[in-house]
Amino acid sequence: MIKLIIRRLLFLILVIWAASTITFFIPRLSEKNPVRERFAELARTGGFSPADMEKIIASYSAKFGLDKPLYQQYFDYISSVARFDLGVSYNKYPKTVIGLIMDSLPWTIVLLFVTTVLSFVIGNLLGAIAAWPRSPQWVRTLATPFILLQGVPSVLMGVLLLFFIAFKLKLAPLGGAYSTGVIPDWSSPAFIWDVVHHQLLPALALLFGSVGGWTLSMRGMGITIQGEDYVNFAEHKGLKGSTIFRDYYLRNALLPQATGLALALGTVVSSAIIIESQFGLPGLGRVLDAAIRSNDFLVIYGVVLFVTIAVATLMVLMEFVYPLLDPRIRQD
Amino acid sequence: MTTAALIRTEIVQPSRLTLILRYLRRNKGLAIGLFILLLLVIFTVYGQATADLSHAYPISVKSKQPPSWEFPLGTDFFGRDLYVAMVVGLKETAIIGLLAGAIGTIVGVLLGFISAYFGGWLDVIVKGICQILTPIPALLIQVIVAGSLDKRDVTIYTMAFVVVLLAWMGPTLVIRAQVLTMKERQFVSVAKLSGMGDLSIIFSEILPNLLPFIAAAFVNQVFYSVFASFYLAVLGLGPLREPLLGNTIWAAQTQSAFFNNWWWWPLFPALALVLILGSLALINMGLDELANPRIRRTE
Repeated sequence: MIKLIIRRLLFLILVIWAASTITFFIPRLSEKNPVRERFAELARTGGFSPADMEKIIASYSAKFGLDKPLYQQYFDYISSVARFDLGVSYNKYPKTVIGLIMDSLPWTIVLLFVTTVLSFVIGNLLGAIAAWPRSPQWVRTLATPFILLQGVPSVLMGVLLLFFIAFKLKLAPLGGAYSTGVIPDWSSPAFIWDVVHHQLLPALALLFGSVGGWTLSMRGMGITIQGEDYVNFAEHKGLKGSTIFRDYYLRNALLPQATGLALALGTVVSSAIIIESQFGLPGLGRVLDAAIRSNDFLVIYGVVLFVTIAVATLMVLMEFVYPLLDPRIRQD
Repeated sequence: MTTAALIRTEIVQPSRLTLILRYLRRNKGLAIGLFILLLLVIFTVYGQATADLSHAYPISVKSKQPPSWEFPLGTDFFGRDLYVAMVVGLKETAIIGLLAGAIGTIVGVLLGFISAYFGGWLDVIVKGICQILTPIPALLIQVIVAGSLDKRDVTIYTMAFVVVLLAWMGPTLVIRAQVLTMKERQFVSVAKLSGMGDLSIIFSEILPNLLPFIAAAFVNQVFYSVFASFYLAVLGLGPLREPLLGNTIWAAQTQSAFFNNWWWWPLFPALALVLILGSLALINMGLDELANPRIRRTE
């Protein structure tokens, strides 16, 4: 067990190292100098001469360490990542990248947690029931549209939901975290309801975008498990249908699904980020969106690196949960 | 007389086409997926041949018009005919998907083959790199890649390249796993014992058996490439001048299309993408059934 934990932790460190190395080198392969880019933009709108600009760029490059040799920059970067120091935002200068991330993170975590749990539970139940030979016909019919929708990403669901529910039926707002003109006050129930009301549509978009995937894979898993000897044996022992469903069928089918959850995490987080930017929600997505629009490089790299590390860490952590679910792994 | 007639009727083999059609009737997902894809291709080819393609670019027609006979899908804020934009966008989406899909699959097949067939340290390295890169969310890493490019230089070809950069691990692992099991089969051992060289074993023994898996990997890869390039475009990292479907949705969002009552602007590209991705997913599921007959039996 100890050996397994050490091996997994080493793997995690390797993944984080690979992710930070990629995010370090890729931007430097292009000709773009972030400092120059930023000041070129300022020079276009403000009025300082190109000669002054070169001097300013040189001094700023020195400040951010861009004049040092590449390997030196690389080591500085890796050690700063290890200290969770992702630099400062060019656009909102005194703010650090990690500060911006921490401000918006709670929103993303709540949205992600709620939708992921809901879609995992609903999708797996639907899939399991759809594959169970003794389930009523209407449940199977219910599962079909979700299976057909499993290829459609959440963003497109977002556009369709915005059109039908918010635009046509006017049942939900068109975007934003809360109604304009409202002062955030977390102690008033009216404000909390307003926030929930604004989160409803994006959450539905994420849910519809992911339920079908679980339904489809769970149905496949269920079909295979029905042919297993232990299910037949349980049936011949005369166990109740509900007992077989819960303890023999669902529990065994869920194991590979838990692995799937870890693998899907990257896509789930990426979808949440794009949904947030689409609906104008205050989360990592909006931070990333604003950074892309204003060429705020360090924020782009910081957000991506942060999410990458978070996803990789979660994936490795989930592998420690498997032994709790599966006694067979515990023995090794 | 009678026996000869009987034999003749029994020998008649149904043509390849009828066989394919019969298979498609059984494999409904594959049939529907192919049908939708065919409709999209016809739409694009027809539009490409008949429409004035310059109307897909800004300031070519009257702006902000709702759908009508003159503009079936309406026009946008910048004065683009959205029907023509859809035609060009579909074509460009197809180019990105097919190009990135093909490159990813070729790289995957080559790496997977070499890694599994020759084994040893090469296999350890290829598998290790794939395993380390898999937990890294490729959709987000490509945001960095695309964000580091100069926006004026981004074309649909650079987009395809950006997408494929982090998308070859999937096919590599799939093909590697298949070659590993195939390597142990008897027909390969027989070929080896009869003195066939590595290359001819790969090309005449293993490759033909792998074709369904390669086809499935290719469709999967096209699906991923369309999705990944859409992801970039909808974040505003695509070639901004081109009327890619994702770009159109991004532009509509930037101009708050729904707030301004221009509902047709983001809606139609979104529906088109639902059709593309949905049909590719159906084809993928159908090919899965073709490649793994085990699923077929349990249905």
